[in-house]
Amino acid sequence: MSTPDTPLAPDAAAPPAPDETPSVLPEAAATGGQAQAEAARAPRSPGEIFRVFTRLALQGFGGVLPITQRELVERERWLTREQFLELLAVAQVLPGPNVVNLSLMFGDRAFGWRGGLAALGGMLAAPLGVVLVLTVAYAHYAQHPVVAGVLRGMGAVAAGLIFATGVKLLPALRRNVLGPAAAYAFAALMFGCIALLRVPLPWMLAGLGAVCFTLAWRRLKP
Amino acid sequence: MTPAVVSAPAGSDWGGVLAQFLLLSLLSIGGAISTVPEMHRYLVDQHHWLSNEQFSAMVAIAQAAPGPNLLFVAVLGWGIGGALGMLVTMIGILLPSTTLTLAAARWGEARRDTRGVQAFVTGLAPLTVGLVLSSGFLLGKPSYGNPWLLATMIATVLVCVRTKVNPVWLIAAGGLVGAFVG
Repeated sequence: MSTPDTPLAPDAAAPPAPDETPSVLPEAAATGGQAQAEAARAPRSPGEIFRVFTRLALQGFGGVLPITQRELVERERWLTREQFLELLAVAQVLPGPNVVNLSLMFGDRAFGWRGGLAALGGMLAAPLGVVLVLTVAYAHYAQHPVVAGVLRGMGAVAAGLIFATGVKLLPALRRNVLGPAAAYAFAALMFGCIALLRVPLPWMLAGLGAVCFTLAWRRLKP
Repeated sequence: MTPAVVSAPAGSDWGGVLAQFLLLSLLSIGGAISTVPEMHRYLVDQHHWLSNEQFSAMVAIAQAAPGPNLLFVAVLGWGIGGALGMLVTMIGILLPSTTLTLAAARWGEARRDTRGVQAFVTGLAPLTVGLVLSSGFLLGKPSYGNPWLLATMIATVLVCVRTKVNPVWLIAAGGLVGAFVG
C-alpha cells in the first residue's frame, strides 16, 4: 500500500493524466491506506475477459486508462476502486505501458496466464486492426496534399497533447522526495540531454537515473 | 502497398531493430510514450528509415485511433517494414515488459512500500517528466517551420492543461486546421 503522503503524489487539483503517463494518480495516494473491500463480481472465463477488454479498448480515444477504470470498476464491478488503484500503482512501477501491465495482472489473477493473455489480446487485437487500416490508408494517400496537411495538423495536436501531459505532471515534482529545486533541475537536465542533445536513453538512465535513485535512497532513510 | 519509408531496413538490420525494441521495452518506465525520444533517435536520426514528418504522422495516426497509446509502436513498425516490421517492433516492445510484469507483479506488490522501490519510483519521477516533455518536443519538429501548425500545437497544450476536453476533438480540430493551412 502506498502511504497517503507519498512524495510522488501529484497535486490533488491536477487533472488526471492521460493513459500511460508516469504519474501516480492522486486517488492512489488518497485511498491507498484504506481497507480493501471485495469486488462485487468476478469474470467467468478468459473469453469474457477478452470480450470486455476488447469493448473497453475500442472506446479509448486518446488514452484507455479512464475507460478501463469505468468498465472494470463501475460497469462490470470486477474490481473495487481501491483494487484498481493498487493494480495501477504496481503497473506504474514496472516497465511497459501501464494499461497493458494492468490488463495482464488483472487477467493473471483471475485465470493465470490464460487470463493474462485474454486481457492483453482483448486490449490490443481489435485496436490494432483499426490502426492498421488507418496506416494503410495513410500510406496510400500520404502524397495527397490535403491528406498530408490533415496529418500534419493532427501531428501538431498529438505533439501538443503529449507535451501537455508533461506540463501537467510538473506540479507533482513539487513534493518529490529530492526536493522541488532538484527535481525540476533533473527534469530540465533530462529534457536538455534527450530532446536537444539527443543523448541515447540507456546512457541517461544509467547515469542520471543512478544519481537520482541514490539521492532518493538517501533521503528516504528511515 | 509500399510502406512509407525513406530507406527500408535491410534483412540483416531486423535483428538490430528487435534488439533495440527489446531494450526499449525494459526502459519504458512510465509508459511507451517515454520511449518516443529514443525511437525517434534510432529510426529517424540514426538510420533514416523515417523522416521527421513520417514519424510524427504515424504517432498521430495511433493517437487518433482507439486503443492503448502503445499501438504507435505497431504503426512505426509497419512504416519501416510492413507486417514484418510490425511483428518485430511489437514483439520487441511487449515481450520483456509483459514477462517481467507477470513474474514481478506479486513481488513488486508485496514490496511497494520498501525503500528501494520507493526510491526507484520517486527518484526517477523527474526523469520521466523530462522524457514526456522531450517526446512532445520531438514530435512537434515538423510543426516548427509552419506558424499555423506551431500555433495549433501551442493552443493544444494550453487547452489540454486548462480544460478536460476529450483529446479526440482536439485531434479532429488539428486535422481540420491542417487540411487548410498544413
